[in-house]
Amino acid sequence: MTRAYAVFAAGLILLLGPGLPGSRSQTAPFPLELLQIADGNFVHFGAMAMMNRENEGAIANLGLIVGEDAVAVVDTGGSGREGERFLAAIRTLTPKPVRYVINTHMHPDHVFGNGAFAAERPTYVGHSNLPRAMATRASFYLNAFRRSLGEALIDEVKIVSPSDLVQDTLVLDLGMRPLILKAWPAAHTDNDLTVLDTASGTLFAGDLLFVRHVPVLDGSILGWLSVLQETARIPAARVVPGHGPVPDDWHDALAQQRRYFERLTQEVRGLISRGVPIAAAAGVAEAEKGRWALFDEYHARNATAAYSELEWE
Amino acid sequence: MGIVDGSIKPVPKWSKRACIAALMACALGAVTQPSGAAEDPWPGLAGDIFKGRPLDDGTGLLTLDMPVRAEDAAIVPITIRAALPAGDPRRATALTIVIDENPAPVAASFALGPGVASLSTRVRVDSYTHVHAVAELSDGKLYVVKTYVKASGGCSAPALKNADAAAAALGQMKFRVFATSAEAPLREAQIMVRHPNNSGLQMDQLTRLYIPAYFVRELRIWQGDDLVLAMDGGISISQDPNIRFSYVPNGAKTFRAEAIDTEEHVFRGEWPADAPDM
Repeated sequence: MTRAYAVFAAGLILLLGPGLPGSRSQTAPFPLELLQIADGNFVHFGAMAMMNRENEGAIANLGLIVGEDAVAVVDTGGSGREGERFLAAIRTLTPKPVRYVINTHMHPDHVFGNGAFAAERPTYVGHSNLPRAMATRASFYLNAFRRSLGEALIDEVKIVSPSDLVQDTLVLDLGMRPLILKAWPAAHTDNDLTVLDTASGTLFAGDLLFVRHVPVLDGSILGWLSVLQETARIPAARVVPGHGPVPDDWHDALAQQRRYFERLTQEVRGLISRGVPIAAAAGVAEAEKGRWALFDEYHARNATAAYSELEWE
Repeated sequence: MGIVDGSIKPVPKWSKRACIAALMACALGAVTQPSGAAEDPWPGLAGDIFKGRPLDDGTGLLTLDMPVRAEDAAIVPITIRAALPAGDPRRATALTIVIDENPAPVAASFALGPGVASLSTRVRVDSYTHVHAVAELSDGKLYVVKTYVKASGGCSAPALKNADAAAAALGQMKFRVFATSAEAPLREAQIMVRHPNNSGLQMDQLTRLYIPAYFVRELRIWQGDDLVLAMDGGISISQDPNIRFSYVPNGAKTFRAEAIDTEEHVFRGEWPADAPDM
């Protein structure tokens, strides 16, 4: 507890005295805000935005599950800085060791904070496809996000690939708190993993579920539609999406996402059958525009990806 | 590498060398080049690729269409059209697509049969970059047009979305002929080849080794016995190479295609020429 107190106190000093001398690297990370959503379950809700310097890449939801003996984190954030701030926040709540760092998939906003947990010596866990996906994309992501996050945030990022891999399902325990991890076929990406906390009934869905934030397609649209049907059968009391708030009715949130993909699929199939080229795909499913945040940032890309998949039917 | 045929010129021999040179340049550059270097790579690229031959401004002869922003870094549509003024007796015989800031800038070069006046494909775009299209006309002159493409935002990457599916369907081909108005002499067709077209190059963060490239290096399409199109492909062509092109029907009954990848797999297909599927 003394350590947790010390870190929290350092955070307070930073908050109260921003004008105090001392370089940034010497100050303790200011804890992220963690909200309790159920017994033993905490979430940092990411900003509904693209990753940038100002938000330090903190756009994805990060989960914390506290068991009798240890804790697990579900995703680590979009920068080393966010990962450090997540860990600092955990230490304000509990001194229990971080036994597992679980990554729900390969995207930078979920894994760039992995390195911040290395000193805790956790076991890093992910989908069996995750190491390959990280290997083929990490250097591109580090270059690409240098522009939006800036040198300082990117230079701190250490890519850590999972050592314990999930092929189908895996049960982890934190002490009286079994977690059921499930690896899914290609949907949002080809390395999606969900975490069900059996004690609280909370499903950490990663980016298999977006709420308010437009879904982002980087795997398979038909695969995702099929995975949505399966996830609907999970006996979860509540679902934490990868982006957006915890919905009051998570089946309704799944249904909204399904509607978006079905409309996209139907209209893109129409283009393909009429021989309209892929360059025109961005204009489909305009009826969805008012229903989602960040639509202009991701929708054209979703349509392009859907076209390149569906033209092989 | 070159295709020698009555109506078509050999594909220039530089493409493979340029590609390998670019691979080497990337491997070194990734280590030594400071980020944000502002030097324009085009003069050096143009000199290497076209061996110092003069490149004239192609405005008015060629158009190059790409989206202003690469929405999906892995699949960026590009269309090049040769639109020579009335009375100009020349035709385009070859096209080269160069994505200046990509690890391997030469995306592909195409040898064009008579009547191929437009060509669309999809490319990977790694960062903010100029894209150049260079056409060789039948008098041997080279013309260039360019555009600027902003890299995609968010977590889009020029990599495979569904790596297992890409490998499982390797070599499958699809061909379509598009109906056009009766009076138009040109028709359009599209050839698609299932292939991961793995760009390689990505450094494995754990082993620090570059993953080897694995891509379709050559794709040829015939109408009857006439070669319509020949692509000498590079690693900047998207997964599942896809080319849509205009052509003049020559009365042949079939189209056929042959693709060869870097592991020397050969994929072939044949389809009726006169059956627009729409």
